[in-house]
Amino acid sequence: MGLELYLDLLSASCRAVYIFAKKNSIPFDFQFVDLLKGHHHSKEYIEINPLKKLPSLKDGKFILSESVAILFYLCRKYSTPSHWYPPDLHTRARVDEFMAWQHTAIQLPMSRILWIKMLIPRITGEEVPAEKTEQMLTEVRTNMQLFEEKFLQDKMFITGDHISLADLVALVEMMQPMGGNYNVFLNSSRLAEWRMRVELAIGSGLFWEAHDRLMKLAEWDCSTLDPMVKEKICVLLQKFR
Amino acid sequence: MGLELYLDLLSQPCRAVYIFAKRNGIPFELRPVELRKGQHLSDAFAQVNPLKKVPALRDGDFTLTESVAILLYLNRKYKVPDHWYPQDLQACARVDEYLAWQHTTLRRNCLRALWHKVMFPVFLGEPVSPEMLAATLAELDATLQLLEDKFLQNKAFLTGPHISLADLIAITELMHPVGAGCQVFEGRPKLAAWRQRVEAAVGKDLFQEAHEVILKAKDSPPADLIIKQKLMPRVLAMIQ
Repeated sequence: MGLELYLDLLSASCRAVYIFAKKNSIPFDFQFVDLLKGHHHSKEYIEINPLKKLPSLKDGKFILSESVAILFYLCRKYSTPSHWYPPDLHTRARVDEFMAWQHTAIQLPMSRILWIKMLIPRITGEEVPAEKTEQMLTEVRTNMQLFEEKFLQDKMFITGDHISLADLVALVEMMQPMGGNYNVFLNSSRLAEWRMRVELAIGSGLFWEAHDRLMKLAEWDCSTLDPMVKEKICVLLQKFR
Repeated sequence: MGLELYLDLLSQPCRAVYIFAKRNGIPFELRPVELRKGQHLSDAFAQVNPLKKVPALRDGDFTLTESVAILLYLNRKYKVPDHWYPQDLQACARVDEYLAWQHTTLRRNCLRALWHKVMFPVFLGEPVSPEMLAATLAELDATLQLLEDKFLQNKAFLTGPHISLADLIAITELMHPVGAGCQVFEGRPKLAAWRQRVEAAVGKDLFQEAHEVILKAKDSPPADLIIKQKLMPRVLAMIQ
């Protein structure tokens, strides 16, 4: 059994790993773990990752979670082109800096927007209080501004002239609100241009293939939603009240 | 001008950076940034870190934020012993895995425990309901269980037989609720034994020196109104 990647492309972290592996022609078995059907709670999956989260990597007996760790592992094991994780001390540090910052500054808020704008109302039939929504959107706007001013600046990509893991992770996360029809790139032409550049560097075909499930979320029939997942969403709604 | 580290040892990630630099004999100028006085919000500090957070590193013209990035930078630049961030592909991946996981889990829970138990009431004069505090401590408890079951298991250290960056980040995080008076290691003999090993590997004196400030957190003099108003929004954003 070769490399296995446990993924649901609804998740931004999964898309980063998927795109990276495909772009670098790393052979792997795609093991679909359907988040909407609650398959990440299944007995089979818990054996792979007791934290019940995606993505996971399985390479022989070696199991690894956390997309950032998985991306670094794939980079090293498959000796991918150096621009993905540049060897220069300072440039590499910039990638590390972004990869650390993004967990709380980008990934979480972007994911929350999808919950607030789409998943919670769709599943519970209730809207999240406007005040909370506004608070979340303000946080996202602030962080997008920080991203532009500190990480991107006037460069083509975060580390300079070439795409790196940082751009890949940043973009897939910023795409998350699109599942709820919310486009975070509308306020800045600089960011919109960067978005296009990253898409082209990845390849538009691969990029949109990876985002297909997310973009079709609006069409999803939520009556098939796993009850455990539904309960979690209702609990989340309570937190926003 | 050599390496400068902008730190407040009240902060968990600052302690990890401080201990790592000292333990490895890395020469640096300590630039204290007093969080409780709002010094991280000053214009002067914004020149160093526009994100207005500690720790920050300045090495000549190069500035860097985020403790994980700083630790990796120091690791590479100063050629420290391999066990901190091993060359071995899988061993390294284990460290990366912990360093990624902790941001939204242990780090967050430890921060909330400190603020809900001590810093809000004592420093900011803001009461915290018993329900809120209980919920926070319950979340911390659940995360501690994960730390034991998924990461530590029956190993000497989190990612293998030797101390690594993962243990350093984890231990400094756990000292946050300890500083708040939470008995994090009571009833958790595995974690307690791990703590002893980490302290010994770091060096007891250095460990105690790095944690003097956090262990006195409950003695924080109350913030005046101006400082309180300045700090409040950022604190609320930090612990959500």
